[in-house]
Amino acid sequence: MAADMRLPTIRKTVSLSVSAFDRKDLVVPGDVITSDTGFMRGHGTYVDEDKLTASVAGEVQRVDKLICVRPLKTRFNGEVGDVVVGRITEVQQKRWKVETNSRLDSVLLLSSVNLPGGELRRRSAEDELTMREYLQEGDLISAEVQSVFSDGALSLHTRSLKYGKLGQGVLVQLSPSLIKRQKTHFHNLPCGASIILGNNGFVWLYPTPGQQEEEAGGFYTSLEPVSLSDREVISRLRNCLLALAAHKVLLYDTSVLYCYESSLQHQVKDILKPEVMEEIVLLTQQKLLEQEG
Amino acid sequence: MAGMELLSDQGYRLDGRKATELRKVQARMGVFAQADGSAYLEQGNTKALAVVYGPHEMRGSRSRTLHDQAVINCQYSMATFSTAERKRRPHGDRKSTEMSLHLKQTFEAAVMTQLYPRSQIDIYVKILQSDGGNYSVCVNAATLAVIDAGIPMRDYVCACTVGFVDETPLADLCYAEEGGGVSSLALALLPRGGQIALLQMDARLHQDHLERLIEAAMTACKGVGKVLDEVVRQHLQEVSVLTSD
Repeated sequence: MAADMRLPTIRKTVSLSVSAFDRKDLVVPGDVITSDTGFMRGHGTYVDEDKLTASVAGEVQRVDKLICVRPLKTRFNGEVGDVVVGRITEVQQKRWKVETNSRLDSVLLLSSVNLPGGELRRRSAEDELTMREYLQEGDLISAEVQSVFSDGALSLHTRSLKYGKLGQGVLVQLSPSLIKRQKTHFHNLPCGASIILGNNGFVWLYPTPGQQEEEAGGFYTSLEPVSLSDREVISRLRNCLLALAAHKVLLYDTSVLYCYESSLQHQVKDILKPEVMEEIVLLTQQKLLEQEG
Repeated sequence: MAGMELLSDQGYRLDGRKATELRKVQARMGVFAQADGSAYLEQGNTKALAVVYGPHEMRGSRSRTLHDQAVINCQYSMATFSTAERKRRPHGDRKSTEMSLHLKQTFEAAVMTQLYPRSQIDIYVKILQSDGGNYSVCVNAATLAVIDAGIPMRDYVCACTVGFVDETPLADLCYAEEGGGVSSLALALLPRGGQIALLQMDARLHQDHLERLIEAAMTACKGVGKVLDEVVRQHLQEVSVLTSD
């Protein structure tokens, strides 16, 4: 088998836009943003001797009187309505704990899931005992943020048929800031696979499901073998996602699809080679620019 | 090492530096993709890797949870190949445990832990090559890693070791100088406000000299701070060019 070996070299990352150099709105911890007392203190800032000071490295955002500093890379800050993909870490009484790349583990209450048997089913003590049958430690789920607790922990719900337990597929963990906020985060891509772009940076790739069985209430997971062609498409998408993330391109259905199309001339395993990655991402960016303008 | 001249008559040290001169500092942020924050820092021949995970839910013993602030968990380790003599235990010995504790205290002073109740921040630092000033290099590397992770801090924490030879304070000691029977002092500073996060001295020193030594250490720390500042701004600019559309 031919192995691909290379020496460590510094690669300059290329980008189509170079206008952003020498920006004035970038601050580092300890930088004084303003000494005017008329402003309000937002996230990423603190007041030190009446001066508004940055506490993280990032860009300053100003909304009227409110000044925030948004760090370039951070954990997921959930908001109500966000779609997340997460992993069950613990089964407790009446609730599951879910790891969602957030500052604290999120909570999925037994009362905020759809149990098999319809919307109007009463939850009995028996349900509490059989919670592990629905979701157990290590299971992956997709869910929506229902509310945010005062300490920043998220409360999730899966009260819709599109949410629930995830079956066969591939999870890709990326930075939450790379996911573009959109109306829908569930996409059936025309290339033959489906994608859930979780706002928390967890992306789930899975074969496009056939007919959904309504009775299962989101806990049904297909164990049918996935065909080789489907698996290849999913692997290709996974490598495309990693390539886009390495070049910090925003992820949404169009960018993923364009990247997939640009990668078709290469083998799946070659996509992660730095020079191929660069080529594919540049092609993608060009297509995106053409589509915009 | 009696008889070795740490400071020549011309005012040069063993490695050819002046008394107040720092070693060359080179650093890079964001070296790992999997961690929340990471940094690599070289100060002369001392090299350190720092990795930060968190803030995240408390793992392990739940009983350490603080309901009003985050817990900082530090682990200091030295690679087995980092010293001239091969190390048996990379971490967990008395010296490393003490160093971990010092790092923890240093970062508790700088990180705004009250913003993250009931969570935990892990800081792991590894010395890849040891040539004096391990504590200060670890602090400097960890600062960059914490900033890379987007965790709020009051200011940078910069650290430097300073020794006292022939009535002269020497900044940023290397291994040969540290072993040469110099009374040395390690200082971690928040440079903008001039607050001291940690000050440590094990050797004997006349109290009349202490003030001068601390003064020299603060100047050295501010020098380190300037270098770190440049590294962070450079990194910020590079990444923001990529993300802006």
